[in-house]
Amino acid sequence: MNKVLLIIQREYITRVRKKSFIIMIFVLPCLILGMGAAITFIAKDSDKLSDQQVVKVIDESGLFAGKFKNQPNLKFETSTKSFNEVKAEAMKDENLSALQIPVDYTKPDAIKISSKKKPGITIIEKVEREMNDIAVSNGMIKNHIDTALLHSIKSNISLSPMEITETGDNKTDLGANIGVGIACAILIYLALFIYGAQVMRGVIEEKTSRIIEVIISSVKPFQLMLGKIIGVGLVGLTQFSAWIILSVVSTKILGHSFASSPGIMGALATLQTIHFGKVLACFIFYFIAGYLLYSALFAAVGSAVDSETETQQFMMPITLPLLFTYILSVSILFRAPDSSLAVWLSIIPFTSPVAMVLRMPFGVPDWQLYLSMALLILGFLFTTYVAARIYRVGILMYGKKASFKELAKWFFYKE
Amino acid sequence: MLSIRNIVKQYAGHRALSDVSLEVKSGQVFGLLGPNGAGKTSLIRIINQITAPDSGEVYFNGEKLNQSHIDRIGYLPEERGLYKKMEIGEQMIYLARLKGLSRAEATRRLKIWFDKLGMETWWKMKIEELSKGMQQKAQFVATVLHEPDLIILDEPFSGFDPVNAEIIKDEILELNKKGATILFSTHRMESVEELCDSIALINKSQKILDGTVKGIRNSYRNATYLIEYNGEQLSFNGSQPFEVIEEKAGDDMEHTIKIKLAEGNTSNDVLQYLIPKTRVNMLQEVIPSMNEIFIEQVNLIR
Repeated sequence: MNKVLLIIQREYITRVRKKSFIIMIFVLPCLILGMGAAITFIAKDSDKLSDQQVVKVIDESGLFAGKFKNQPNLKFETSTKSFNEVKAEAMKDENLSALQIPVDYTKPDAIKISSKKKPGITIIEKVEREMNDIAVSNGMIKNHIDTALLHSIKSNISLSPMEITETGDNKTDLGANIGVGIACAILIYLALFIYGAQVMRGVIEEKTSRIIEVIISSVKPFQLMLGKIIGVGLVGLTQFSAWIILSVVSTKILGHSFASSPGIMGALATLQTIHFGKVLACFIFYFIAGYLLYSALFAAVGSAVDSETETQQFMMPITLPLLFTYILSVSILFRAPDSSLAVWLSIIPFTSPVAMVLRMPFGVPDWQLYLSMALLILGFLFTTYVAARIYRVGILMYGKKASFKELAKWFFYKE
Repeated sequence: MLSIRNIVKQYAGHRALSDVSLEVKSGQVFGLLGPNGAGKTSLIRIINQITAPDSGEVYFNGEKLNQSHIDRIGYLPEERGLYKKMEIGEQMIYLARLKGLSRAEATRRLKIWFDKLGMETWWKMKIEELSKGMQQKAQFVATVLHEPDLIILDEPFSGFDPVNAEIIKDEILELNKKGATILFSTHRMESVEELCDSIALINKSQKILDGTVKGIRNSYRNATYLIEYNGEQLSFNGSQPFEVIEEKAGDDMEHTIKIKLAEGNTSNDVLQYLIPKTRVNMLQEVIPSMNEIFIEQVNLIR
């Protein structure tokens, strides 16, 4: 056991001392913050990204002209020229569109909009909405309905989602749940990959440098594998703790500087409705257990090859369930966190680390959580056992191209 | 010290060791000889408990080989290697601690070794900054730092230049004098006669010969002598107490003959026969070298 501690110590210290590790601690949060800022900035001002569009309206019906409301990016001009003349103008100017409204405009496909480029979907939607509004109010006027009165009695209803708990009703915010869930799923997915690959690279390094034979004349292969996995895992935990501390500190600072901005404070306030303690505890559990499950497999892959370029064929089946769950999680599952697909994925050990942390902020029944945890523990015990049997043979096989058949054979080797 | 009994090791498709038994006595320098692929490394890995035999046992100082013996053995594998990016001093201490030494003790001993082999300036260097020969030297130190009772060296001299090979050879002999038993494998015969007390010859997974170097060579004595004489060339008519195998005329009336004693005669009889006839410069028994025995035995099996 003492020897495993020594190995853990070496694996941990050599990695933590690297410059790249220290840089990563500071660079990654900056990158994420920067990316977030860029996305909000772009989303806010997306209208400014395109040039101002002009729509020349040729109104043959006489019902629409002059009633169009200009929008930030879209200007309407009434034209007395013929449709063909305006079309000729539009040929010369990319930002000009010609809109023809015939007398019998109610017929399907009667109204035409033409421009040099294909008319953009946003323009078409905006023009359609404008025209419908105009047509409706025209119709109301025709039937002597007071549109001003109608506007004043229009209601504006929105639901406030509440969660019933024993301590009273809590205001919940689906947006915050989705944000936290997806963030956790992405983090787990990345972490399993990054640190699993580090274990694999470590194993390959020992094998190619041939130090492996010296080491396993001192310790059992299993001790070496265990020491490496735990050592790298601790590096991962260190990195995550540093990130969490950094982000808590930076939100505190941001919180002060944005105190005047109600939008961000509101978002931060709704974040507090999530049970952070429970989510964090589960995140750490699924990070550790998922990491143990996958890193053992990564170690087995590392032992079977002579260089990193040969790992591809073995990596595929390992990474596939993870990739599959990840893609499903960020595209579909967050919309239906209690669907049976989501429930099953969060219970099966190979997919549960990603699927379960995604579901956590939405609340998960206890029995599902405990079942998933128990299965994950069984899962990593199983993969560690399988991986160790392949590993002990693989690390001594030089210059032999291993296949899956070969790996199976190694598994059944006696000591 | 080490008793290897009826070891069998089978790999998928081929047999690496079949029923090999060996005795290595305490304080010996034992040579494990054999052509490439004979099974030497397989046997060494079994002694190091890197792999386990399919059947058979290994006894270390009378006890069945187990984990507690690992710290008593030092192993220099044929394929050398260290962590490329780790500082040498730190790496040596790490390896010694894996063999059960405390950090303080490992540091103390390492300083002594570094002084002795002129490696004082290497402490903070990384392995990748050293030449191949320097790496080998460092690895040798790592092998013996925990002062093992049994030192196992797989092809220890490969990769050393003659000067460093000599230094390492002297160190091996000095460790042996201090009481360590040395087991080394090689296919270079020159080093065997110089270093080894006993040897075992392994070929195609089987042990075909073992014993002390002296004993083996003596058993290959076949009453052959080399004689050099000065004078007219002698002619033999069959009454002489030997049989001429080879005759070579040199310059200045010097002749060399290789003879085999006839039944019941000794070298003295040969001299008595020759002295009245010519002047004998030299009479020397021809004992086959280990190299000749090795080649003969290996070819015999083939």
